[in-house]
This record gives sequence, C-alpha cells and structure tokens, in this order.
Amino acid sequence: MDGVIVLTLLTFSPLIGVLFLLFVDRGNERRLKAMGMMATLIPLVGALSLYANFQTGQEGVQFKEEVNWITFTAIGSMGQPIEFPITYSMGVDGLSMPLLVMTAIVTTLAAVASMYIKRNWKSYFIWLLILEVGLLGVFAARDLFLFFIFFEIVLVATFLLVGKWGYVHREQAANQFLIYNGIGSGVMLLAFISIWFIFGTMQYDELIERAVQLTEQLSTMPEMNWLVLGTFIAILVAFGIKLPFFPFHTWMLKVHVEAPPPVVMLHSGVMLKMGAYGLIRFGVELFPGYVTDLAFFIGVLGVVNILYGAVLAFVQTDLKRVIAYSSISHMGIILLGIAALNVTGLQGAVFQMVSHGFISALLFFFIAALTERTGTTLIPELGGLAKSAPVLCGIFLAAGMATLGLPGMSGFISEFLAFLGIFETQPVLGVLGVLGMILAALYMLRAVLGTTFGPAKGRWQSLKDTRPAEAVPMLVLLGFIILIGVYPAVLNDPLYVTLESIVARMGG
Amino acid sequence: MEIEKFLLDYDWTVLAPELTILIAATLMSVVDLAMGGKADRRFVAWIGMAGVVVAGLFVINYMDREPYQILADTYRLDDFANVFKLIILAGTLLVLLVSQSVLKRSDIAYRGEFYYLLLTAALGGMMMASSADLITLYVGLELLSISSYILVGTRKHVLKSTEAAFKYVVLGATSSAFILYGMSFAYGLTGTTNLFEMQNGLTEAYNTGYAFFVLLSLVLMLVGIGFKISSAPFHMWAPDVYEGAPTPATTFLAVVSKAAAFALLIRIVLVGYSGLLNAMDQVWMERIGLFFVILAALSMIVGNTAALRQRNVKRMMAYSSIAQAGYILVPFAILGVGLFETVAFYLLAYVFMTVGAFAVIMHVNRMADTEDIRSFAGLYRRSPWTAAAMLVFVLSLAGIPLTGGFVGKFYIFFNAIAGQSFWLAGIMVVTTVISYFYYFEIVRQMFFRPPKDLDQWRLPAGVAAAVVIGVVGTVALGVMPQAVFDYLSQLQLTEVLMPAENQ
Repeated sequence: MDGVIVLTLLTFSPLIGVLFLLFVDRGNERRLKAMGMMATLIPLVGALSLYANFQTGQEGVQFKEEVNWITFTAIGSMGQPIEFPITYSMGVDGLSMPLLVMTAIVTTLAAVASMYIKRNWKSYFIWLLILEVGLLGVFAARDLFLFFIFFEIVLVATFLLVGKWGYVHREQAANQFLIYNGIGSGVMLLAFISIWFIFGTMQYDELIERAVQLTEQLSTMPEMNWLVLGTFIAILVAFGIKLPFFPFHTWMLKVHVEAPPPVVMLHSGVMLKMGAYGLIRFGVELFPGYVTDLAFFIGVLGVVNILYGAVLAFVQTDLKRVIAYSSISHMGIILLGIAALNVTGLQGAVFQMVSHGFISALLFFFIAALTERTGTTLIPELGGLAKSAPVLCGIFLAAGMATLGLPGMSGFISEFLAFLGIFETQPVLGVLGVLGMILAALYMLRAVLGTTFGPAKGRWQSLKDTRPAEAVPMLVLLGFIILIGVYPAVLNDPLYVTLESIVARMGG
Repeated sequence: MEIEKFLLDYDWTVLAPELTILIAATLMSVVDLAMGGKADRRFVAWIGMAGVVVAGLFVINYMDREPYQILADTYRLDDFANVFKLIILAGTLLVLLVSQSVLKRSDIAYRGEFYYLLLTAALGGMMMASSADLITLYVGLELLSISSYILVGTRKHVLKSTEAAFKYVVLGATSSAFILYGMSFAYGLTGTTNLFEMQNGLTEAYNTGYAFFVLLSLVLMLVGIGFKISSAPFHMWAPDVYEGAPTPATTFLAVVSKAAAFALLIRIVLVGYSGLLNAMDQVWMERIGLFFVILAALSMIVGNTAALRQRNVKRMMAYSSIAQAGYILVPFAILGVGLFETVAFYLLAYVFMTVGAFAVIMHVNRMADTEDIRSFAGLYRRSPWTAAAMLVFVLSLAGIPLTGGFVGKFYIFFNAIAGQSFWLAGIMVVTTVISYFYYFEIVRQMFFRPPKDLDQWRLPAGVAAAVVIGVVGTVALGVMPQAVFDYLSQLQLTEVLMPAENQ
C-alpha cells in the first residue's frame, strides 16, 4: 500500500458521513439514523483491513506518512533562532494499531446504540462522527502537536455531545468535563513544549531515539534534572486527569451518569484509554528512567485507584455509578501494569485498555437498553428482570463476569497479565491490588443479581426482551470479549514486539 | 544640510491608499448631502467599500519595496506600515459590510455620517501606522479618536450611547493628554519630534543623567496607549463604551482602533526608543520590561476573570477584548525580535474572528431585541449555519486548535517561552483555561438551551458575507498559517529601525 495515504483516509473517513448527513432533512429520523450508523462502517472497514495488512512481529511504525505542516519560529534569549516545527505525521505501531481497531469497532456499536437518542439526530450524528475523527487521529498521530490537535477535537465534540444529549444535569457535567479536561490540555501543552525543549523534536520516532540518550545527558547536565522531572510529572497529571486517577476523577463520574449512553460507551471505552495511551506513549516511552524511579509511586496510585474505586462501587445504588467506579478501579490495573516495569505488566496494561474498552462499551449498551425500558438505573427499584427479559439479563451477567475477570474472557487475561507482572517486581502492591479483584466480584455480583434475580416487581413483569437490533451489537461486543479471552494472540501478536522494545529501553 | 525639498518633489503616488480613502470619504459626504432626507443611505456605504478595496489594492501593490519617506521625513512607507494598513483596511471593509445591511432599521439618526466617519477613522489609523514623527502620529491618533467618539455617540436618542460617548471623550482626551505629555518630555530631551532622530537623542540623554526623564516619557506614553488598546488597568471605559456604542462602532473599536494603537505602540517602542535598548543598564531594562509585564499580566487576568460575570454579550466581548490585548502585549514584555510577526499575525486572526463574532452578535441581539447572553439561546435551532459560524469564532477566541486564534496565541506563547518569560507564558495558559468558561457560555446558549420560539433568523446579505469571510479567514489562518508566517518573517525588520535614504 505504498504511496497511499491510508491513515489519513481512515482518520478523516467519518467526514464522508458528515457530508452526506448535511443533505438529509433534519426531520427524517429513519434516514438520519441509518446514515449515521452506516457512516461509521467506513472507518470500521478501513481499520479492520489495516489490521489485516499490519505486519505483526515487525518492529517500528507502519503505514507512515509525513508532511511538513507549520513551523513556528522565535528568537531565543541569546539571539539564536529557534524553530518549532509541526509535522503532519501519521503512523501506527503495535501499541496504537489495536487501539485504532477498538476505536472503530466501539464507535460503530455506539452509533448503533444511538437508536436510543431521542432528538436532533442530524447534529448528533455529525458530532459523533467528528468525535470519531478526533479519536482515530489521537491514536494515529506520530507528532506531539498533531496529537494535541486531535485531542482538542475530542474535547470540543464531547462537550457538545454531553451537554446537548445528556440527562437532566447534562450541562453541569459538560462544564465539569470542559474545565477538568481544559486544565489537562493546558498542562499537556506545557509538557509537550518542554518535551520539545528537552529533546528538540516533536516527532515520536526521533523522540524515542533521543529518549535513549537522555539518561546519559542528564548525568552530565544535572541542572536539567528538574525540568525533565517536572515534565514527567506534568505528563502524569495531564493524562492522569484523562484516565482518570484519584483525586482527579470527579468529572468522570458526572459524565458517566449524565451523558447519553452511546457517548458514555465511547467515553468509557475509548476516551479513558487516551489517557492510558498517553501515559505509556509519552510517560513510559520518553522517560523510562523516571518510570523506573517512580514505579513504586505509580504502583501505589494504581492500588489506591483499584481499592477506592472498588469500595465505592460497592456502596453505590445507581447502576451507572457502579460501573463508573468500577472503571476507576480498572484504570488502576493499567497503572499497576505500567509500574511492573516488565513486558508482562505492560501487556496486561494494554490488554486491559482494549478489554475494558469492549466491556464498558457493552455495559453501557446494556444500560442504554435498560433505561429505554425501565427509565431507571437504581438497583433497589429494579430486580427480577431476568424473568421477562432473559437475553438482556444474560448479556449483562456475561459482561459482569468479564468485568470481574472470569477466565475465558478478556478481563481475566488482562488482570492476570498485569498481576503476573507486578508480582514479579513489587509483590506487596500486587497483593493489595488483588484485593480489588475480590471486591470486584462482590460489587459486580451484587449489581447483577440485584437487577436480574429475585422476585420480579410488578411493573417490570411485561418487560420486552432484546430486539435483534440490540442483541446483535451486544453479541458482537461479547464476541470480541471472548475472542480476546480465549485467543489472546489476536491482540498480543501486533503488540508484543513494540512492548518488548519499550521495556528494553527501560532497561528491564 | 541637504537641499530644501518642495512639496511637488515628493513621489505622491506612494500616498495613493490614504488619498483614496480621503477622496472616498469626501465623495461620500457630498453624496450624503445631495441625497434627500429620507433617502436610503446604504449606497453611501458601497462607495466607502469601493474606496477601501481600491486603497487596499494600492497598499498591496506597494508592498515589498524599499522604505520611503516623504513630507520632511514625517511620513514613512515601509512594509511594517503596509501590513498594518492591510489589517486596518480589512477590518474597516468588514465593518462597512456589516453596517450597511444592519443600520437600515436601527436608531442611528445620521447614517451617512456613520459610514464616512468609519473612513476618516481608518485614515487616522493608517497615518499612525505610517508615521515617522511624533506630530504625525498624534494627528493620526486624534483623527482616529475624534471620529470614534462620534461613532460611539451616533445613537443620540439612546441614553446609554450618549453616556458611552461622553465617557469615551473624557477618558480618551485624558489618555491623549498623557501621550502628549510623554511626547513633550521626549521632545524636550532630544529637541526633535522625528522618531529616528530620537533614537540617538534619547540614548544620549539617557547616558547624560536624564535617565529618569527618558523613562518617564516612555511610561507616560504607555499609560495613554494602554488606554487606547484597552489594557488593564486602563480598561475601565471599555465595557461601558462597548455596550453603549452601536455594534458596528463597537466592532470598529475592538478591531481597527486596537490594531492602529498597536501600530502606534510598535512605532514608538521599536523605532523611537530602540536605541535605549542597547544603552540601558540592566536595572532600567528590567523596570521597563516590568511595566509591560504588569500591563500584559493584568490585562489577561482582569479581562478573563471579569468576563466570567457578564451577562451582557457586548460587555463580555469588551472584557474578552481586554484579555486579548493582554495576549498581544506579551511580545512587548519580551521585546524579542519576533515581536512584529507575532503581533501582526495575532491581529490578523483577531480581525477575522472578532468581526465575525460581532457580526453574529449584532444580528442575534437585534432579532432578540436584547443584548443579554440569553439572546443566543437555541440559535442552533433557529439558524444552524449561523450557530456553526459563531462556534468557529468562539473556538478561535478561546484558542482551540485549527483556528487562527489558536495559532496566533500559540505563536505568542512560544515566543514567550523562547524568550524565557515563563511567568507570562504560564499566566497565558491559566487564563486561557479560565476563558473557556465564558466563551463556552455562548456555545452552551446556542446549542444546549431551547429557543423562546422557533422563528428562523436569516442573516442579511451583508452580515452573511462578513461572517463567511470571517470563517474562511479564521479557519485558513488556523490550518494553513505557513504562508503568512513566511511572508511576515521575510520582511526586513531591521530596515524599520533605520531611516529611509531617499533624500
């Protein structure tokens, strides 16, 4: 596929849908919905065929494109000219390829879940597709600044989607999202600029090359230590807000509760992964030395996240909040995987990113279907739904099992790898973290059983079970979860070489 | 001394842009007089627009030439001036375009005057950009100011407008007095009003024990100019005047006056006082730098935080414009070589996004018959394209990527970091995040809130044209700024600091 700008075409392919949508009458619900869903198939097919053409086992970036875009110039304090080039540089490696595919899949299924959206379908689908451009771009970019631009597209699109199509307190949620993530972006921009100061480039490939020499440089220039450490912490904070880790998580709960379910599928499934991806890409890849030094601290953060999220998930009465807190808990596992400093741990982290993407998408799809039928997500008001809607509840049970890490499902393999990794290097943290898994079994079973088992309450007795339009996407998601669970190579093959080289640079 | 030059010895063709504007303004006033009392005056605006376009073409035609000075070295034509003239003319053209379709139903009694006062004000701005002498600078400044005072007060039956005009006249005159007072010191120290001769004179005065007076003259002028660019702490007039003035006049103040005042600032600081930069010892250098740092930081902080509490859109835009002045002042605080490029680029982006935003605001306020921020409620339902355009402007003002506002802001920010002015860069980032609150309030109103009714609001042709130009300009500067960067950086700015040698 040489000479073809496949990644650019893929990233911007949702815009084709936007173009078509513009010409459809805003009242024509059926056509708008059909078109919005169809439009997400274009990037999906693109991403899948890219994955098919991806050379696994090959180190480095594939499908690379590069064009000089903008060069900012300034005169330094010593009178020397300083250039700040932004290249339009795209490419995927073993780390970003699976995430790209996951993004395309989850977006398509979120578009299907958009059947529950009640109004303004036209602008809804337009923004959803613009959001997809941002999400795909974030994972395809190979230049810090380009990454930042796509990141901001995601910010604006999500703000509008949450604020317009969410539930009662949607505006508050959108505001909180905007401010937290705005601050995150600001910190990120500062971090990127100082990365550029330290390394003298914005392109990943050159950055990674120079990152190797950084440790030697630092030993000769101790005065740079503070700048580098500050940058690393800034990266940690910027992506920590996005991930989110405690105590930056409050906005994420609001979004999970107030945003429309398809947007939460994308948010929980993909956007939280942007934070994790950034941590690995810019934190681990560029500052391997600090990751090694601060591994214990990162691990503690991870454990705090796991336990805090799990305990709070246990006391929630709202199903949405249970899942939101469980997300916080599961993001902690990613941190633990990173803190393990070995290939197994990192594998666990990336597996968790992809796996959690599918699982939380499925859970929120279920929530959407549930809200459509019952109008509530409060566990005490529900109960006994399995009698009238066995398929729907069966799927929920399966998703719950995947969350708590039942063997044979993706959740198991991710947690297994992450803990295997951390037990090797920091067993104490591993022991504490595993407690979270026990708690996960508690809160997940409590939530699932509380909703589906027991005597059916009067008004839920004639609940409609899943329609094919709902069952198919849910089963597709479940399929992916099981596929990764029983055949992890599908994810591991493209991933392994990249992770190995990352760990090699950490000196692990 | 050289041979005396007579008026006719000068190459007057270089003044073609200014003369075109002058002729157009005269023609407009004559036509206005000849027209009947109730006749439709929009025709007058078209003459003005034609004049501005022709003047712009003359400016473009004159670009990339050697600097040239006429009228006993008081008037200077160089690329620095040309760039600013283009910014001023572009702003004026857009304001005319908007006002010709909006003013027809408004309560401005003398519409004809409104149009040609815009031109005389623009002429003043062009003079400021081209001056090489304190006298011409001041004449240009007053021509701009006095025209603006009247523009602000044209809604003479509206109490707020009259009050605003009164406030503007009193405070504007005070600031002019400050500038004049500062100029008088500069003249007293050097015995000349020519900016290029002042370079050496001021350095000499500085080194011979008059350091305090040299700096006093600069600071006095900066106080006055601080008022003109509406930077804190001299910003108090802006919200009231922006609110009271008819919206086209507000737009003109926000865009053209501000650009011209920055041209003035660059002329005085870069040309008049540039000799000092080498002569000054570290202490004085820091004090001068500190003055700019305070101006910039205060403007960013005050503008962005005070805007949070505004419910009146025009007042909010006034505080936003104070904040924007703060961003543009950052390069001055650093006094790096990139000063001109960053300021010019930002102002160019600023023209597109601000005129566009005001055009939409004007339309929305008029249709809703209120200036409250709630007039934007549900704009998306009423006219999706207008809302989409406004979204572009707001994102640009807030500094979100892929817009001219972002590129301009980042350019300034990057220069600040390169100049090791980390504090200012930090304040820029923090206040930018704060500004999300109020800029996105407009987005919230447009997209999230339901409209009162479902009337469709169609943009009048002139406003629509200005909005389209604004969107195209904002996005183009955000996506493909390289061409403008390249042009600005190839200008020989060292030449700006030297007197032309055409005598």
